Amino acid sequence: MVKVLIPSGALGLGYDRNALARGIAQNPDIIAIDGGSTDSGPHYLGTGTSKYSRGSTKAEWRELMAARAHAGVPLVIGTAGTCGADSAVDWLVDITREIAAETGETLKLAVLKSGQDGAAMVRALAEGHITPLAPSSEVTPDLLQDCTNIVALAGAEQIQAALDTQADIIIAGRTTDTAIISALPLARGCHAGGVWHGAKIGECGALATTSPNSGTILIEFDDTGFTITPMGEDARATPHTVSAHMLYENSDPFVLYEPGGHLDVTGATYTALDDHRVRVTGSKWVKSDRYTVKLEGARQAGFQTVSLVLVRDAHYVKNIQAWCDDIATKCAAKVNDRLQGDFALELRIIGADATLGALETTVRTGSEVGVLGIVTAETEALSREVAKMLNPYLLHHPLTEQEEMPTFAFPFSPPELPRGSVYEFCLNHVLTLNDPMDAFRLTVEEIGT
Amino acid sequence: MTHLSDIAVKIRSKNAGPFWLTIDIFCGTPDAFQRVSSGLKSNDVAALFHTDFNQLKRFDIADLNVVKFSMPRPAVQGTRADRDMHGASFAALLADVEI
Repeated sequence: MVKVLIPSGALGLGYDRNALARGIAQNPDIIAIDGGSTDSGPHYLGTGTSKYSRGSTKAEWRELMAARAHAGVPLVIGTAGTCGADSAVDWLVDITREIAAETGETLKLAVLKSGQDGAAMVRALAEGHITPLAPSSEVTPDLLQDCTNIVALAGAEQIQAALDTQADIIIAGRTTDTAIISALPLARGCHAGGVWHGAKIGECGALATTSPNSGTILIEFDDTGFTITPMGEDARATPHTVSAHMLYENSDPFVLYEPGGHLDVTGATYTALDDHRVRVTGSKWVKSDRYTVKLEGARQAGFQTVSLVLVRDAHYVKNIQAWCDDIATKCAAKVNDRLQGDFALELRIIGADATLGALETTVRTGSEVGVLGIVTAETEALSREVAKMLNPYLLHHPLTEQEEMPTFAFPFSPPELPRGSVYEFCLNHVLTLNDPMDAFRLTVEEIGT
Repeated sequence: MTHLSDIAVKIRSKNAGPFWLTIDIFCGTPDAFQRVSSGLKSNDVAALFHTDFNQLKRFDIADLNVVKFSMPRPAVQGTRADRDMHGASFAALLADVEI
């Protein structure tokens, strides 16, 4: 049997300290935590930076390092620094060194990097090793070279290689959410279907229980399946909370693709062992012919400057769409007359259809609306220039020439807020590998000495 | 006239990676599940999200009293055309659908 302790769904999200302490008292074989996801958008992979504050990350990582020292087992984090790019891994390694120096610990640290070189990706494309996933998008050598970061998602094999170094702490770049949980039980011969299924159930911490905020759960893997036990005092796992978690952020609730195969939970049975533990058996792991890893890439998509104006005048609120359309047309014409370069101008009406846009079916405006002017341009300077040309319209534009000049509410001076460079995800592909370690780099170092 | 939100306990939408949106309709009881499962037409859902019917995946899961839809995201997450980074607001569109 292998016991995996999962402190929470992500480092930086917080967890219940008592629940973590109860988990450590269960003598886990490994502590595994996720460090990120694509869910917060392309900025993080684009820039290779973390979403969470350094202070929060350091405070939580210090506690997990102390828990690890107490338990005497490996601590592994996947997708370090939100995006798992090499620079985000370096960021967490730096924090780890700092903590070790402060606590006086001497530790063996294994670092797994998932970043991909653009030129190597161009060669892989030419050799036919890069294949699109649905919904398919075209990939070209130029696009691969344009990415500021490309990462490959490591699976269980690469984490196992890191575990084989006997490291105390493993900091991994981009991995699948499940790989850090599945690696050790798979290496020790636990039921593969049960391992991947349990890893998927456990990857968000206590989200698969009645008390998501308690964070910590323990999963025990064995020869036929897995058992999930929440560590929060009032948290319960029920057959419903556990089986329903397969729905979460998963386009297919029965099948999950991983490097080297896929999980099929169609035949899984969920049994309540008591009022808070659930046992799961009957999940299948289906090995694939090729070993593939998913790629994620982000590229620069221009520069943005946004402006916000508030409209409270009832006549203008009522006619806000016409007002915005008129401004967009007149401002774009002025920009084209006075400036050179590609730009896009959008006025998004907050309080009408800002969230759903063209999909909105029930627009009901209230006593006021906000108008968010979004300028995206090929240079930062142009995005600011266009936003400044938009300014007089947002401040004073009349619905008709026959009315007195209106004035609207700017909450700030200046109303233009530069957003800098913006990014977009541009890869939805897999990379075929001969050897799982081909696209990854593993190094080991002593820290705190 | 009954709306989906009158029958379902909860309607949740989330990203399933940057390129997919997934929507879970928790019906709560077998009766409600039957009403939603038989009353909610896939082509109406595809039209509601301006998405290609052939790309819409549907799962009617009686064990959980859940009807689930997955589709390519209306705009790829975080692109200029995207308005909701985490995709959670799309659920509101379904709430008003008549069953």
